Amino acid sequence: MTPLTYFRAADRADALARIESGARLLGGGTNLVDLLRQNVEQASELVDVSRLGGAISETDSGGLLIDASVRNAALAADPRVRRHYPVLARALLAGASAQIRNMATVGGNILQRTRCPYFYDVDGARCNKRQPGAGCDALDGFNRYHAILGASDQCVATHPSDMCVALAMLDAVVHLAGPGGDRSVPLTDFHVLPDATPDVETVLKPGELITAVELPPPSAATTNADYRKVRDRSSYAFALISVAGGLALADGRVTQVRIALGGLAARPWRATRAEAALVGAAPTPDACLAAIREELAGARPLSGNGFKIDLVERTTVAVLTALAGAHP
Amino acid sequence: MSKLQNVIVGGVRAVIGHVPASWLPGGTPDPLIDKRVSLGEQQSRIDGPDKVRGKARFAAEVPMEKLLYAAFVHSTIARGRIADIDVSAAEAAPGVALVMTYRNAPKMSVPPPIGMTNLKAAGNHTLPIMQDAEIRWNGQVVAVVLADTREQADHAATLIRVRYDAAPARTRFGEGKASAYTPESILVERNRLEKGDASKKLAQAAFKIDAVYTTPWENHNPIEPHAATIVWRDGRLIVHDATQMIHGTAGSLAKIFGLKPDDVELSSPYVGGGFGAKGLWDHQILGAAAAKLANRPVRVALSRASMHRLIGGRTQTEQRVALAADADGKLKALLHHGYGVKPLHSISDEGFTLTGRSLYASESFDIVQHYVDLDLLANSFMRAPGEAPGTFAIECAMDELAHALGMDPIELRRRNVATCDPVSGAPHSQSAIMKAYDLGAARIGWDRRIAQPGMRREGEWLIGMGCATGTFPFMRMPGTSVRITIDADGIAHVASAAHEMGMGTATVQRQHAADRLGLPLDRVTVTIGDSSLPFASFAGGSSQTASLAAAISAATGKLVTDLLRLAGNDTPLAGLKPSEVEFADGGLRSVEDPARQESLVSILRRSGRGEVSVIGESGAPLEIMKYAMHSTSANFCELRVSAVTGEIRVDRLVGAFDCGRILNAKTATSQFKGGMIMGLGMALTEETLLDERTGRIMSTSLADYHVPVHLDVPDIDVLWTDIPDPRTPLGARGIGEIGTTGVAAAIANAVFNATGKRVRDLPLTLDRLI
Repeated sequence: MTPLTYFRAADRADALARIESGARLLGGGTNLVDLLRQNVEQASELVDVSRLGGAISETDSGGLLIDASVRNAALAADPRVRRHYPVLARALLAGASAQIRNMATVGGNILQRTRCPYFYDVDGARCNKRQPGAGCDALDGFNRYHAILGASDQCVATHPSDMCVALAMLDAVVHLAGPGGDRSVPLTDFHVLPDATPDVETVLKPGELITAVELPPPSAATTNADYRKVRDRSSYAFALISVAGGLALADGRVTQVRIALGGLAARPWRATRAEAALVGAAPTPDACLAAIREELAGARPLSGNGFKIDLVERTTVAVLTALAGAHP
Repeated sequence: MSKLQNVIVGGVRAVIGHVPASWLPGGTPDPLIDKRVSLGEQQSRIDGPDKVRGKARFAAEVPMEKLLYAAFVHSTIARGRIADIDVSAAEAAPGVALVMTYRNAPKMSVPPPIGMTNLKAAGNHTLPIMQDAEIRWNGQVVAVVLADTREQADHAATLIRVRYDAAPARTRFGEGKASAYTPESILVERNRLEKGDASKKLAQAAFKIDAVYTTPWENHNPIEPHAATIVWRDGRLIVHDATQMIHGTAGSLAKIFGLKPDDVELSSPYVGGGFGAKGLWDHQILGAAAAKLANRPVRVALSRASMHRLIGGRTQTEQRVALAADADGKLKALLHHGYGVKPLHSISDEGFTLTGRSLYASESFDIVQHYVDLDLLANSFMRAPGEAPGTFAIECAMDELAHALGMDPIELRRRNVATCDPVSGAPHSQSAIMKAYDLGAARIGWDRRIAQPGMRREGEWLIGMGCATGTFPFMRMPGTSVRITIDADGIAHVASAAHEMGMGTATVQRQHAADRLGLPLDRVTVTIGDSSLPFASFAGGSSQTASLAAAISAATGKLVTDLLRLAGNDTPLAGLKPSEVEFADGGLRSVEDPARQESLVSILRRSGRGEVSVIGESGAPLEIMKYAMHSTSANFCELRVSAVTGEIRVDRLVGAFDCGRILNAKTATSQFKGGMIMGLGMALTEETLLDERTGRIMSTSLADYHVPVHLDVPDIDVLWTDIPDPRTPLGARGIGEIGTTGVAAAIANAVFNATGKRVRDLPLTLDRLI
C-alpha cells in the first residue's frame, strides 16, 4: 500500500473539495482497503464519507431515500425495507459476512469492484481493467465466476454486488453530487458494460460522489418478491448467479413482473426482455423458461461458465413460479 | 524412495515377523489400558484459558527491541532466470533497512530433507534458497524487504522491479503424465504391488467397476498464517516459530547456516493449526538470513497470498480404481493406479494408493502410482496425506460396486473386510471396523436409507445417505524423549520438545503422566514447545501422542529404579525389585502387599535430594513391522441436493472411529470433528486454482479458496469403539488425521443416493450436479 493521508469529511462540500483535489472516497473500506493493500489501486489521500448523513427517510411519493453512508447491516434491518422491499433486505443479507455488512456502506457497495482473480494479481496477471491494453488473462483462464452477458473481448468481469441486483429490480435511482451540480441516474444505467474501456465501470464523473439511493414507492411486484443467490458455499461467497424477482397477478395472468440477475455481467442485469415476454402470460414454468431464454439469447459463455445459462434459467423459473404460487 | 529402502524394510519385516510378540514394544499390554483414573475423562485443554484471554503468545507476537518486519517479493514466472532486479527505489523508501536478493544473500546450504533417517531435518524441498538467479516455481521469493513497520516493508516491496528471462516451464498435469516417473517406494512401502492375477480376474468377473476419480490441488489455510520472530545473538540463532517440527526445524537451520546444532534455539509453544504445513519452509530461512545481514531481529508473518505461494499444498490426483467381485460381493481383484504431482525437488509423498492395500481381502491386487514432475512449489503434507484422496477413490468405487451388485454398501464391506493385512498376512494389532459401522449406522438411522437413488424428496430437495470407510496407519516415532523430574514436594514435571497445535498435547500427556505416576492431575506439570527440552520428533503422521506416551512410559520405568535406589534399605520398600512395585497415591508401593509403601516426598527427603530426574525415550517402532496397525472409521452422511441449483447441503455427518482407546473424550471429539470438517471442505468446496498456463496459483485468499463456513458444517456426531489396542502405549492409536479420511467419499456416495448422479471429481460444486 502506498503511504496515504486519511481525512474525515466534515460535510459534503468538504468531501467534494477533497475529491476535486484527487482524494479517493472511503466508505466502509471493505473493498477499497483491500485493493490498496494489494496495490491494485493507489491513493495518496482518502476522504472518509462514511459518517456523512446516514438516514433512511420516506419520500413525498411514498418511496425511501437512503443516504449513501447507510451501512448495509442497518439497511437490511430497517423495518420499512423489510416490510415493503423484502427483496432488498434478503439481497443484503445474502452478501458478505455480518462483520463486513456492519462496515460496508450503500455507496461503497455500488462502487465495489470485480472479484476477478486476475484483476487482483497485480504482479502476475494481465488485466485490461487494471492496466488498459495489457490483455485479459481471464478470457482463457479461470472464468467460472465471469460474465456471460454484455462482456467484451477486453473484459469478462462481473459486478459482485448482491444489493445492486435488488436495487436494479426495484428501479432504484442513484443521486449524485459533483462540481457540475446534483443529478440522478437510474441504477440500471449507473454501471457500464466494458466494451473497449473496461477501466470505466460507472457513469460517475470525476469529482462526483454518490449521496443517496432512492427507492420508488412499493408496488405489488416489489412486495411479492424474492432474492435467490446461488453460490459455492452456504455463506461468504460471491454469487455464481443470483435472481431478484417480483410478480403481480390478476386472474392468473402476470400484470407486473420484475427480474434482475446477478453474476452475469459487469452490471446488475435487468431482464427487460424476459419481463416483456411474461406480462399478460400465465406464469407457468414453461412460460417463465421461455421468457428467461429470450433474455439469454445473446449469452456468450466462456470456457468455464457455460453452466451459468442452465443455472440462471432454472433459478429464475423456480423464483418466479414460487412467487406465482405465493401470490395472494 | 529407493530400491535399497525396499530391501531394508522388507528384510526387517521378515525378521520381525519371526520374533515373538513378547519381545517387541507392546509385547505386554500396557497396564494403563485398564488402570485409568484421569485418562478417558473429559479434560479441558490446559492452554485454553490463556488462548481465550489472548495471553498465549504466538510466534508473530513475540516482542523485540529494534524489530524489523519482512515483506517478500514473489516471482511471476515458473521457470527461468532473473535478468535484472532493481531494488534502488525500495532501498530508498521510508523505513527500509535492507533489501535482500540473491546478490547479497548470505551463503546457505540446501535444506536437509525431512525423512525417517534424520529426525533433525525438516526440509520440504531440496532447492537452493536465494543463492542464484534461477527461478524454479511461480511464487518463489526473489527479494526480501526489511523495514521498521510492516506497512513500510509491504510498500517498499511494490517498488522492486524484476525483469526475467523466462524459460519454457512444465506446469500442465495432463501433458506431464506422459513422462511421469514411478518411484520405487512410497513412504516406507514398496510402490508397485502385484498379487494374484488382477487383470485376468477383472476380465472374467461377474461384476466390476472401472472408473477414474480426480481430486484437486488443495492449499493449507490454518487460522494462524506461518510466522517467525528471529534474532541472532552472539553467533547463535534464536527463532520464535510456529512449527510442528521443533527439532527438525532447528536442526535444519543449523545445517543451512553452518552452525552447531546447539547454536540454534527454537521455541514454538503454540501453533495456530498445523495440519502438516507448519514445518520448515523458505520463510524462516530467508528471515534468518535477512536478520543476519541486517544484524537486527526480524519478524516474518506471511500474508495469505504468500502462504499460497511459499507453503506447499496437497497435489491433485487422478486415480483409476477397478474392482471385480463375484455375485456374493467377494472381491476378486482390486486395481488402483494413479497420478499425482511430485516435483523432483519435493520431499512429501501423497501415497494415495496405500489406502486400498489394507482395507479389503481381495484375491488379487494391482496397485501402483506415478508422479508427474512439474516446475511447481514442493508439496506439503496435508492432514492424512495419501489416505484423504485415496479413500475418496476406493470408497466411491466400493459404493459403485455395491450399487452394481444390488447390495447394501455396508454389507459389501462386511463381506470383504480384511481380517489380517491382505497383502502380507500380518495380523492386526486390533481392528473392529465393522463394529464402528454398526455404531454409526445405528446413530444415523441407516435403515431409513432407500437403496434406489432419487427416491426421497422434500420440495426441491433430493435427500440421500452415504457411507464410506476411513483409514490411517498407526505410527510411533523413535527417539522422542521425555524428562520427568520429581521435586521435593512430590510434584512431577514432564518436559519434552513436543508440539501444541491445538490438539491438547500437554493436556493429554498430563493425564497420562498422572495415571502412570499415581498422582492427581494437579501434581503434574507438562512443559513442551522448546528446543532446549529433550528431543521430540515431529507432530505428524498422527504419531505424537503414541511417541510421547512410549517415552513417558520408559521414563517411568527408569524412575522406579532410581527411586528404589534412593529409598535404600530404610524403607518399607526395601528388597523389592522394580518389577515388584508400582506408583500409587503419590508414592511407590509393593504390588503384592500395598501396605508396603513410601511416598515420593518421603523418599526424596530421606535421600537428601532436592529432586530426581530421568529421561525416557520412545524406542524403534518394531511393532509396526510385525502387525498391521491402522486406525479406521465408518463415515456416514445425510444430505440434500437442490434439484433446481445443484447446491448440496449436508444435514448430518456421523463418524464412528476404531482407534484403540480414547484418552480424552473432549479433545478427541474436537480432533475428529475438525478432521471431518476438513473432509467436508475437500468434498464440497476446496480447490486451489492453479493456472496451468503460468504455474501461478490464482486462489490466494480466503475469498477465493473456499474452506467451509459455519453454515456449511452440519450436526456432527462422533462415536468410538474404545476397544484397546494391546500393542500400543495406553492402548491408543493416532486420531489426528483419520477424521479427514472417508468423509469426501461418504458425501459423494450420499449425493449419488440422493440424485442418481455419480460425480467422480472433487469438489462437488453445483455445476457438476445440474
